[in-house]
Amino acid sequence: MSSPAPALTRRGAPGAPRRVAWLYILPGFIVYALFLLYPLGRSVNISFFEWDGLTPGEWVGFANYVEIFSTPELRASFSHALVLIAFFALLPLAIGLVLAAILNRARVRGLAFFRTVVFVPQVVAMVAIGVAWKQIYAPEGLLNDVLGVIGLGSLAQPWLGSFTWALPAVGFVGTWVEIGLVTVLMLAGMSRIQAETYEAARLDGAGPIGEFFSITLPSVRGEIAVALTMTVIAALKTFDLVYVMTSGGPGHETSVPSYQVYNQAFNIGSVGLAAAIGVTLTAIIFIISLVIQRIGRED
Amino acid sequence: MRSKLFAIGAAITLSLGFAACTPGGSTNGGGTAESPKTAEKRDPATLGNVTLTMWDQEVRGGSNEAMKKLIAEWETKYPNIKIKRVSRSFDDLVKTLRLALSGADAPDIVQANNTRSQMGLFVKAKQIVPLSSYAAAYGWDKRYPAAVRATASYTQDAKKFGEGELYGLPQLGEVVGVYYSKSKLKQLGLEVPTTWADFEQALATAKAGGHTPMMFGNLEKWPAAHVLGVIQGRNVPTDQIHALGYGNEGASWKTPENKKALETMQSWVDKGYFNSGFNGLDYDPAWQGFAKGQSVFLIGGSWLGADLNTAMGDDVGFFAPPPTEAGQPAYTTGGTGLPFAITAKSEHPDAAAAFIDFISSPDAMKVLAETNNLPVTEAKDQKAPSPVNQDLFAAYDSVSSSGALLPYLDWATPTMSNTLGAALQSMTAKQATVDQTLDVLEKDYSEFVKKNG
Repeated sequence: MSSPAPALTRRGAPGAPRRVAWLYILPGFIVYALFLLYPLGRSVNISFFEWDGLTPGEWVGFANYVEIFSTPELRASFSHALVLIAFFALLPLAIGLVLAAILNRARVRGLAFFRTVVFVPQVVAMVAIGVAWKQIYAPEGLLNDVLGVIGLGSLAQPWLGSFTWALPAVGFVGTWVEIGLVTVLMLAGMSRIQAETYEAARLDGAGPIGEFFSITLPSVRGEIAVALTMTVIAALKTFDLVYVMTSGGPGHETSVPSYQVYNQAFNIGSVGLAAAIGVTLTAIIFIISLVIQRIGRED
Repeated sequence: MRSKLFAIGAAITLSLGFAACTPGGSTNGGGTAESPKTAEKRDPATLGNVTLTMWDQEVRGGSNEAMKKLIAEWETKYPNIKIKRVSRSFDDLVKTLRLALSGADAPDIVQANNTRSQMGLFVKAKQIVPLSSYAAAYGWDKRYPAAVRATASYTQDAKKFGEGELYGLPQLGEVVGVYYSKSKLKQLGLEVPTTWADFEQALATAKAGGHTPMMFGNLEKWPAAHVLGVIQGRNVPTDQIHALGYGNEGASWKTPENKKALETMQSWVDKGYFNSGFNGLDYDPAWQGFAKGQSVFLIGGSWLGADLNTAMGDDVGFFAPPPTEAGQPAYTTGGTGLPFAITAKSEHPDAAAAFIDFISSPDAMKVLAETNNLPVTEAKDQKAPSPVNQDLFAAYDSVSSSGALLPYLDWATPTMSNTLGAALQSMTAKQATVDQTLDVLEKDYSEFVKKNG
């Protein structure tokens, strides 16, 4: 403040950061603060109250957070979200990598067509996907019909009403949706690899599998990190599928944190607890994506 | 890196600073009225130019048609009072009503769900006004059976449900009972059951005859509560079900009668009286299956009447759950459509009350019956547009006037809908025993009663 030289006319080293830079991010920051930071802060604030959404709330400190961990149903919803990570992120990554490697190597005719087909689930609204799959899983739905036709009728189930199969059934829809995204990302990554690199590997005696592990996989590390971040977040914040397909049932078998946020806030009227679940979920997503980013960046 | 973290930290602290206040503290200013500003019966024609805003959920065919017709009649009769209607689906209304009532521009009339998490909360927050003085002035307390008024009554502190002041007036009746296919009964050589034993015998006969006795779709969790309600009404004393359903103190789920009710339900599952895989089947495909002839009976509410009539015509009939001995009154789950309530912020409560009286008058009941709805009062005097509607009118009338209209079991506590739905899915899927199920239900009920005081 006491410096006589105005910041704007001071000439530092060319390219060195200047304070005026803060001004440039201000418009973006205001929007970000208004629509993201403020609601986040408000959620944190509300999570410390027992509040029905209408009458004045009552300060309860960390009681809502304690409740998340002491109520079996709420705890279970978080472990269900972790199971969904396997279906939404790990499985699509494994399948997507193989699929992309094959598509990349084989130089199939009509590659653009296959890419589009695989990617289509990504652009369809999750609610529509949920409704469609709900019909496939129905007791007299397509899946059971197909099982009957191929002689596996004994495996037919009321899939979404089964305490064993409901969560995997919902998860599998996630796999189906995310494979496209992962495959296209991996294809993009693999197309950057120079043909010479593969030639060199082949001269050293690497087969297709050796090539995949020593050239392809390390080259798409960045893309893997991106794909994992996106799909893990999608897994953790799954709401629409559960809302449309099972309402968290049977019992509480497919209840997930996002569904509980909705359920607690709008059905039960425990807005404070709902906020606490939301904040906890945000923290978990933040930590997991931070870890994935770190792994992806390491050289 | 450090400065970046600092900036993020500062930003979060800043937003927390803005937010550090008690939620709900500032929005409660308007709703302090104990009773409406005025509360008397006045001729609407003398009330001057008024616009009443009404939030309702009568968006489905028949009820929408009736509401449109009634509003048109009202505006012809009283051109000085305009009705501004804001209609949403039930789900949307439930989600937005809280915000609407606490906002500055609150509607005058709202349809509030009877439950503690809706109407109860609005009573507690003093956002809707008691209608008892209007009820006396307009004679609602004489026209509406006590059982119907109870479903929209709370004490002023909202602690007790089902008694106290009247807070809303419904237009439509609801009753849960049994639909049947006349041709299927005939084929099996059965009569319409008049006693509970007859009914269970009919289920057994249907099963033995190679039919699915009842279609049941329980993927959404709540349908099982209606099946239980029908069985419970037969087994458990009415006052106990009232206390359990309204979430008032003085009852328990862990009684021999409730145990018998759950055991009966489970035995129906074990005997194969329901289609297999019902926990994985949607509610709608289940009644559509019944309509297509996949089962002999269907336990369902009066709201299915119009659709079943369209699909099955004269083949579908309806009876209230039969009593132990023929001729005794019937007890079953039922209630009303969402009651209309007057908000504390309304500038024109007298005009609002006059309008509510108009849409629930005997003439209005006639309009409702003509448009395929179940009128909440004078049902048996109406000429129904179809045979199944006539059955529904008769069943509802006998249940609401001489028998007992039992509250929906999930009204009891804010969490009961979830608890009951999940518990019954677990029980019918053999993941939990009857006793474990009773424990879960008792825990939800007793914890709420204890906290409610």
